[in-house]
Parts: sequence; C-alpha cells; structure tokens
Amino acid sequence: MNQAIRNTWIAVMLLFVLSLGSLSYVQFFAAKDLSENALNNRQLFKEFDLPRGAILVDGKPIAESVPSDGQFDYQRVYTDPELYSHLTGFYSLSNSSTQLESKMNDVLTGNSQDLFFDRMINLFTGKANEGASVELTIDGELQKYVYGLIPDGTRGTIIVSEPKTGNILAMASKPSYDTNLLAVHSSSKAADNMSKLLKVDGLSPYRNPAIGNLTAPGSTFKIFDMVAALESGKYTADTMLDNPAKVTLPGTNTQLGNFYGGNCAAQTKATLAFIVAQSCNTPFVNMSQDLGAETYQDVTERFGFGQQVEIPMSVVPSVFPSELNAAQLGQSVIGQFDVKTTAMQMNMAAMGIANDGVIMEPNLIKQVIAPDLRVLSESKPKAFSTATTKDIADKVTDLMRGPVKSGTAVRAQVPGLDIAAKTGTSQIGNSDLVNSWITGFAPADDPQVAVTIVFEKIDFKTGSSLTSPNMKKILEAVFNQ
Amino acid sequence: MSELETTPVSRRNMELLLLLLALAVAMAAYYLVGINSDGGMSQEFISQGLILAALSLVFHVILRIWAKYADPVILPVTVALNGIGLAMIHRIDLARTTDAAFRQILWTGVAMVIAMIVLWAIRDHRVLRRFTYIALAASVLLLLLPLIPGLGVIINGARIWVRVGSVLSFQPGELAKITLAIFFAGYLSSNRELILLAGRKFGPLQLPRARDLGPMVVAWLVSIGVLVIQRDLGSSILFFGLFMVMIYVATARVSWIVIGVLMLAGGGTFAYLTMSHVTRRINGWLNAFDPEIFHAQGGSSQIVEGLFGLANGGLLGTGLGNGSPYMVPLANSDMIVASLGEELGLIGLSAIVLCYLILVSRGMRAALGSRDTFGKLLATGLSFTVGLQCFVVIGGVTRLIPLTGLTTPFMAAGGSSLLSNWIIVALLLLISHNSRRPILSGVSATAEVATRAPRSGGLFGKRKESQR
Repeated sequence: MNQAIRNTWIAVMLLFVLSLGSLSYVQFFAAKDLSENALNNRQLFKEFDLPRGAILVDGKPIAESVPSDGQFDYQRVYTDPELYSHLTGFYSLSNSSTQLESKMNDVLTGNSQDLFFDRMINLFTGKANEGASVELTIDGELQKYVYGLIPDGTRGTIIVSEPKTGNILAMASKPSYDTNLLAVHSSSKAADNMSKLLKVDGLSPYRNPAIGNLTAPGSTFKIFDMVAALESGKYTADTMLDNPAKVTLPGTNTQLGNFYGGNCAAQTKATLAFIVAQSCNTPFVNMSQDLGAETYQDVTERFGFGQQVEIPMSVVPSVFPSELNAAQLGQSVIGQFDVKTTAMQMNMAAMGIANDGVIMEPNLIKQVIAPDLRVLSESKPKAFSTATTKDIADKVTDLMRGPVKSGTAVRAQVPGLDIAAKTGTSQIGNSDLVNSWITGFAPADDPQVAVTIVFEKIDFKTGSSLTSPNMKKILEAVFNQ
Repeated sequence: MSELETTPVSRRNMELLLLLLALAVAMAAYYLVGINSDGGMSQEFISQGLILAALSLVFHVILRIWAKYADPVILPVTVALNGIGLAMIHRIDLARTTDAAFRQILWTGVAMVIAMIVLWAIRDHRVLRRFTYIALAASVLLLLLPLIPGLGVIINGARIWVRVGSVLSFQPGELAKITLAIFFAGYLSSNRELILLAGRKFGPLQLPRARDLGPMVVAWLVSIGVLVIQRDLGSSILFFGLFMVMIYVATARVSWIVIGVLMLAGGGTFAYLTMSHVTRRINGWLNAFDPEIFHAQGGSSQIVEGLFGLANGGLLGTGLGNGSPYMVPLANSDMIVASLGEELGLIGLSAIVLCYLILVSRGMRAALGSRDTFGKLLATGLSFTVGLQCFVVIGGVTRLIPLTGLTTPFMAAGGSSLLSNWIIVALLLLISHNSRRPILSGVSATAEVATRAPRSGGLFGKRKESQR
C-alpha cells in the first residue's frame, strides 16, 4: 500500500513539474510573443499612466500629455487638432493609435533604443520613464495658411516640401477632424465619436489622404512621359509632333481626344514644349506606342511607384499597372486607366525634377528631444532614389515652365518668380466630377519648395480654380515671408 | 531497514519558528502592496495582519495541546499561502475599490476556528471511519443542495452555489470532496481484501469483478452528474481524480487506472460532443487567440488576459502593487495565479507552487506513516485533491489544459474553498499526529502493522508483492 502511496506522490510530483514547466513556458519562453500579441493592450494601459512625449511644431506642442484625474494619470491633448489631425493621428485606448502617434510610439513612450541609457538610470533611481518629444519639420504658419486654402466641404490635400532636403513644410487635408474626440479615455465615448466621424463623407480617421488616398494623376503624369521621351533620345523640346484632335486607341474603336477647352486645337503639329504647356493628350498617346510599356514602368519605378516610402508614416505605394495592352498603355500615359498615385508621390516627382533628378526622402521628423531637452537624434537629408540625370531634369524643368508661362497653369504666375509646374485633370468614370491636380516647384533655377495640390471628386471649374491659383498664393506666402 | 524507531519528538518549536517566518512573509507581502500603492499604508495592514497572526498562533497552541506530534511544516506552509493570498486580494481591492480582503480575512477566521474545532472534536481520525455511509449521504446531499429551487443560484454559468439570506453564498461541493474522501477511505479500507482477491486476469491487466466495479461506476456517475447538472467541469475532474487515486492506493492495481482513464476519456468526449458549455470551453482553449473567440461573450478573454498578465510578469515580476493584474477577469479568485505570476514573476510563483508541493508531500508523508489503512487512504486522497487542484488551476491558467472554475487552495477569494481546505489541513495534521505519536498501548496499531511496509526491502515485503 505504501508503494502505491509513493507512486501517487510521484504522479503528483509530475503534475507539479508540468505546472512549473507550463509556467516557465508562458512567463519566460513565450513572454515576448505574448506581450507583443495584437490582442494585448496591457502595454497600452501602462503607457496611459506614463508621461508621453510631445509632438512639436516650431517648438510648441501640438500633441502633449497632461496630468489627468480620470481613469488614467495622463490625458493626451491636441492643440489645433483639425490642422494636424492627419499628421499626428490620435492616441486612443479603444481605437488604438494612428499616424505619428503610432509610428513614433517607441520614442514617445521612451522605449526607443536612443533612450536606453536613460532607462537604465531610471531603473536605479526609481524614476518613471518619460517619453521623448518629436519635433516636426512642419512650418506652423505655412501649415495654417495652406489648410485655410482648402475650402470646407471639399476633399483637398496640399503638400509643400523642400526638394533639397526632403523636409515636409506643410501637409494638410480636408475633411479633417478633432483628434481630441478620439483620445478620450472612456471607450464608449471614443467608440461613439469614432462612429460619428466615420460617417463624415470622404473622411477616415485612420487614413492621411496625402499619403493614403490613391487617385488617378491625370496629366501630371506627363512629367514621367517627358522623362521617358527625353531619356529615349528620340525626342527633344523642339521635336515636332502630330497633334490630332483625336486618336483611336490601338486595337479598339475608342477615341481619345485632347482636352476640350484647351488650346491644343490651335496646332495640328506642335513641338513637345507646346503640347506640355497646353497639356495635349494625343501626341503622348502616340509616343507611348513608340516607347513601350517597360519604359514607363522603369521611369515610374525610379520616381517611387510601387516602393515603400516612410515619412515616417508609410506612404501607400502608387501604382503603374503591369501587363498593359497598347490601348491601356495609351490611357495610362495620360494618367488615366488604372494609374493611381498619392499626393505624396506627385510631390516626390516635382522634388526629383527640382533637385537635379535626385529625390530626397520625404520626411516629417526634424529631431527627437529627450525629456531633459538633449537632442537625441536629428534627421539628416537622405537620398531616396536617383530618378533621372541632371541633364534630363533640367530639360524637364524647362518644359514645365511652359504651363505657367503660357499654358494650363497661367493662373499660378507670381510676378518675378520662375515657376515650373504641371497641371492635371483626371476623369472619374462617366461622372462630371474630376480630380484636379497641380504639382511643381519654384524658383525653377534654384528650387526652394515643391508644391502639390490635389482636389478629389470635384467639378472641373471649381477644381481648376483651387489648384493653380492656390499654388500662386502659397508661393507668394513662401517667398514674401 | 528504512525506518529506525526513535523516541518521537513533538517538534512544535520548529513549527513556531516556521510559523513566524510564514507570518513574516505574509506581512511583508501586505506591506509591499501598501507602499507600492498610491494610498500608502492602510489601516487594514495592521488589523488584518494582526488577525492572521493571532489566529495562527492560537492554532499553534491548539496543536501543542491536542495534536502534539503533528507535522510541523503543514501549518506554517498553509498560513504562508493564505497570507500571500490575502495580500494579493487586498492588492486587487485597491485597484478595483472593492472589499474582498475583508471578507477573506473573515472567512479565514471562520475556517481556522472550524479547523481547530475539528482538531479538538475528532482527536483521532479513525473515529471518522464510523461515519463512512453518513459521509456518503452527506456528500450526495451537499452536491444536490444547489439544485434545490430557491436555495441554489447560478454564478458564472455553474449551478454550484447555495445562497442563504442575501449575503452568504456557499459552494457545498467544496465540502463534498472531504466527505467523499471519508466515504471512500472507509469503504475501501473495509472492502479492500474482497476487491483485491477476486478478479480475472486479462493479458497484463487484472480486471476486477463486475460487482467490484460498483463504486467505480458510482464515482463516474457522480462526477459526470456534477458536470451535466451543475455544469462544473473542474469539480467533476477533481472528484474523479480523487476516486481514482484512492482506489489505486487501496488495491495497488494499475488496471483500475486504465479503466478509469478510459471512462474519463469516454465521458469527456461525450461531454465535448453534446454539451455546449464544454464545447465552448474546449474551443476557447484550442483557439484562444482567435480574435473572434477572444471578443465573444464568455470567450477566451479570461484565459488570454491571464496569459498576458503572466507574460507581463516575466521572470522577476513587476513587484507587488506595480503590475496590472486587475485587467484579468476574476483576478482575485479563479485567476489569482495569473495575478501572482504577474507581480511576483516566475520565480515568486514557483516558490508558491513549491509551497503547495511541500504541503502535498507532507500530507503524503503522513499517509505513509499512518498506522491504519483508513488513515493512509484519507491522507493520500486529501493531499492528492490539493495537488490536483493546483495542477488543474495552473494548467488551466497557462493553457496547458482547458480552463475550469476550480479555486486555488488557500489563496483564491472564496469562503467555501478556504473552509474546506482548512478542514483538510486539520485532518492531515490529525493523521500525522496519530502516525507519529508514541504508541502507548497496543490497542490501535497492531492490526495494521502487517500492511505497513511493502517496500521495507526485507524478504517479507518482497513476498507480499509476489503474492498479489
């Protein structure tokens, strides 16, 4: 009988060994995976009780954590939330966090590698870890100004950047929203506010339109056409091209025409310079059949299509479709069919041409500042890609002066300022609404800023009155300040 | 020869020393909770600490008087576990602004007083053998109580509670494990020979006769009945484990285990296929991290949050009062292991698990030393339930096995569990006292001497084994 008791004891021992083994697995071997599990909001709860770093523009906080008597020790507060909502994103318990609040989380919570030694010191002194602050490249005044240029009720995005550094000076979109509504601690209130915001037409609090909305670029795509054409060596600015009012897309009965209101009809044969300035379609369609789809694939890829860009938020990669037949290629090269770009991508195109063919990596972060105001890291300009040669870039710049001087973008003219720009209008299906674009830079010989404006789903007239004229206002503001 | 006969020593002073150590551990835990919380040191620290200390010391004195030769480790280990449990419940109270710790200290008091009464009233555990069939009747009654309309209430989906008045709710099943252990110890010690001698050989297994299967079938029916009617998976596993072990110890036959495991597997499969709450439990266990199951009502959020808590604790733990164990549902009762693991870390929780191991081992040691079959069976059965309960809880919390609603002995908030486990401790103390105390006259012991040491190594022991 005692033997049976001893055996029972051994069995119980085994049960305890199993228990300890299982605990060791969960608490030691699997602990990291469990802590990083998507369902785990423990870290988040902990974060809400710690001072989180601020997001700064011109040294002033646009997002900061202030002590709170509520459920948690701190409450995230946003200043001028509508102005910056798409940049900061929100920091919420129930809706998780987005944009910079999400991307820079490690820095803001003080968990980044840069703050390792601070954490070690805090471990011994018993101080709570404080997060670092993030200063943006955004120019507060300019941001406010460009945001004001977008009328309420439209879906507009404006980006202003420095072609030589990649720094983004302004990035604003409407419709916007109040990030404070989503940062409330009460999860029911946050959910309530979120569902209200999701009903706003054209708004998603989870998406920054400047880097997340893919739209057909229309004739702004011709920047890539110009690069392709000039690189081929078969075309120069003075090459005379057939400029018929309509071409039939190869292999179809579909006719594609020049823009109806424009001046293209004035010349049935025209130079490349003229057709760029007037944004004629038919010569580019003919050109595409000559150059072939791969050429465009190659050029757009060099400019950033299909590539991962982080500003540090991830930019949705722009699309130039592969496996195009001749007719589809004809439509694609005028920025229609399935060609889709973000505003950021078209701004990068302007930046690349402006900066002698080298695209600097677009960037929002100026520096990271420790709680004791030490600068932990400063971002240095980095090249993203060499899109084309200086020679080609200079020639494209020259072509892009045309639209402003005497073409589709004359309303962007600023006296005394040398501007290069390209407009675009893309049709949306069979509707009357269009996407209205302009992207360009100034001064053309020594580019300081690249400006991209897009209005989505807008009627042609309103759209064109909001693109070139607004570019003019922005450039006036930048260069007269 | 393994055991030398020496003059028994009471070792109560050793117990006192260990008891002071245990109280120091419990108070330190309480103190840490206090200094790590915003509220600072609270009144409860003094009052509840003093109550626990006073009760333990009185218990110690009672042992000096009525159970002088009882095992000196059992009481201190139990007090340490109870104390750490109290500190953790207090810690969850602070986060949730509840007052479960007060109820817990109250119940600890009640449980310890009743345990002392048991010690005083019974003195010699063998008197319990007289109550074999009364214990069976009591078990059935206790298990049926929650089914009486107006008396039984359903909490968390299981009908295992009775409510008297508006405040006092009680889980009679907790006590049933003691009465069932008494019944089985009594029944098996009386009918052991019969079961042992009869039976056919079937390959390597010796199958018992059909009529001897009777109690086995009863046991199986009771545990499945509990599962079906009361929807309590944990208790049914516990009861079944208890029966298995006691039958095994009584007969030393592996065949019983094989049959038992087969029956359990059959019953388990049947329950999984036919009973929605068992199906849900198993699915929640297998696919715990499926977001759909995680977010579902009664889904896997409890166990998954517990795992997150344990992971958050890691090796060293966050420190008492510094983690967020309150994020886990039932953090101070069913899931207290996760709370402890989060704040004390793997190291601290392992220490607690080892405390249980010591407790169970001391109980088994008492069984080995006991001079009568009844005592051996009872001590083994009761110790085993404590061990099995720990395994089912820890295994459930760590997702080794499906989570069931069993309580962690001595630690989880809950009066019935405290009471029954303290009574178990009292019984183990009694059995150990009776096995170690000097034999004054040959009255009780002689009859059982023959069964004492099959493993004594001598010829006698060997022969006994071959006889089987």
